[in-house]
Amino acid sequence: MMTLQGKAWRFGDSVTTDHIAPGRYFHLRSNLPELARHALEDLRSDFASEVKKGDFIVTGKNFGLGSSREHAPTILKLAGVSAILAQSFARIFFRNAVNIGLPVVIMDTTFINEQDELEVSLEKGLVKNITNDRVAQFNPLSPELLRILQDGGLIEHVKKNGRIVV
Amino acid sequence: MEKTGQNLTEKIISRHAGKGVRPGDMVVADVDIALAQDGTAPLAIRQIEKLGSCNPDRNHLNILFMDHASPSPRKELADDHAFMRSFAKEYGATVSDVGEGICHQLIAEKYAAPGMLILGADSHTCTAGAFCAFATGMGSTDIAVAMATGKTWLRVPESIKVVLHGKLSNGVLAKDLILHIIGDIGADGATYKALEFSGYIDSLDMEQRLVMSNMAVEAGAKAGLFPADNRTLTYLQERGRAEQFNEIAPDSDAGYEKVIEYHLDSIEPTVAMPHAVDNTAPASTLSGISIDQVYIGTCTNGRLSDLETAAAILKGKRIASGVRLVVCPASREIYLKAVEKGLVSIFIEAGGLVLPPGCGPCVGIHQGILAKNEVVLSTQNRNFQGRMGNPDSSIYLASPATAAASALFGHITDPREVV
Repeated sequence: MMTLQGKAWRFGDSVTTDHIAPGRYFHLRSNLPELARHALEDLRSDFASEVKKGDFIVTGKNFGLGSSREHAPTILKLAGVSAILAQSFARIFFRNAVNIGLPVVIMDTTFINEQDELEVSLEKGLVKNITNDRVAQFNPLSPELLRILQDGGLIEHVKKNGRIVV
Repeated sequence: MEKTGQNLTEKIISRHAGKGVRPGDMVVADVDIALAQDGTAPLAIRQIEKLGSCNPDRNHLNILFMDHASPSPRKELADDHAFMRSFAKEYGATVSDVGEGICHQLIAEKYAAPGMLILGADSHTCTAGAFCAFATGMGSTDIAVAMATGKTWLRVPESIKVVLHGKLSNGVLAKDLILHIIGDIGADGATYKALEFSGYIDSLDMEQRLVMSNMAVEAGAKAGLFPADNRTLTYLQERGRAEQFNEIAPDSDAGYEKVIEYHLDSIEPTVAMPHAVDNTAPASTLSGISIDQVYIGTCTNGRLSDLETAAAILKGKRIASGVRLVVCPASREIYLKAVEKGLVSIFIEAGGLVLPPGCGPCVGIHQGILAKNEVVLSTQNRNFQGRMGNPDSSIYLASPATAAASALFGHITDPREVV
């Protein structure tokens, strides 16, 4: 059910929420489509204009460190990103992503290069790198978090169940 | 042997989950205070509107702060403020309006108490851990659900025990200690964990503890807690909130993922260099770094004792030519006391300027954005690229003492040279 397909956009370690959603665009937080045009622009000025629906962000350790701004995962999702694959995530970014229905995968990402074509199965915990014909496994999210993701995020989860179910 | 006692994190989350918890457990917990600020509240409100209702019994516990863009520098942000006010009016939430101050300082002054579970749509919500509250930052959706239902989901974190020995020497502050600790364990050294401070904590007063807890998130931690002791009680008594005190300490046989120890006597004035909080060095080794601006304020170091420390160094002197000194008290109460005690006059006479209470330039919205290639020395908690509004500028982090001393000389200065 949750199999995703797209190209990889590679970023390094310690990508901060100021990289993802720069503070100088604070006034655009109530205009998310406009804010999304600036996603990650200090690291890659071509990202927001070139990313295609379904693409993946593939990164190193401690992705999303810093602020609690949920606008960070939200604008990545709005830009078309279908999942983020990282060696590790900062805590608040991780739960924000789950809460807004943006899948996050924790794994060794070194077998993925820029613009590789990937297929990701969230339930099976499997990444197929179609470009270099390699396959790697990851530990799927816990059943509780998968359920929030599958419900479409925490708001939809609460509306559907009448409460938080974990 | 299996540990049977509970640490602070397990104790507080157990009370709110209605059952005994252990690290790794996923629980639904009752939330005491839920807060958001003007950068995160509008999105939280839109999420609450999707849920369609907000628990009216929580009106005094759901608090919306206007502090990041206060007063508003742009029409878009003025509209966000108006949106927050009209939501609060319609749904009954509590508003802390422009001019009151920074959310984390107001939570300390008016709300936080031992044993509470406090959630905020701001990463530095962990500040209230100084009161032995389990306080943590989350996103707007989490806060929306907490405000509407009074509940949240939590994975119970493992705790790291941070044992403090001895006392900080003259000219060295809690800011130096926490920068040293983060430099030591790294910006992801405590990711998903709780830091529990222990040992000779009596040497740190509440304002110093607030600095330590505030920066726990800069090591990736979910929370940074102190036990509730006499210093906590005194602080609450001074604000007429003594009845909110209850003594909480970890059990003697509590379990921790690991224990790390620091000798405070050996801590030096410490600076975090661009663009990472864990990129630390002693201030004494950085005298070659010239600075264009000094910022004293924020939820980390905009409290009265911070302003007193800086004023003692600046009194009767002038800052170096070419340096801009920006000072911002963290709350209305602090601002008023700084006026009454003559601190504001000292800053102005020294060549500085004093902003209204709020987050000021720390988040890069207004009130002191840097030019290309400029360098700022700030008492804030974060120095990421672009944090203060310009990705082509450099941010150094330090204590209020180091900041004031550096303003006098125009380069990074070990404050022990002037105190």
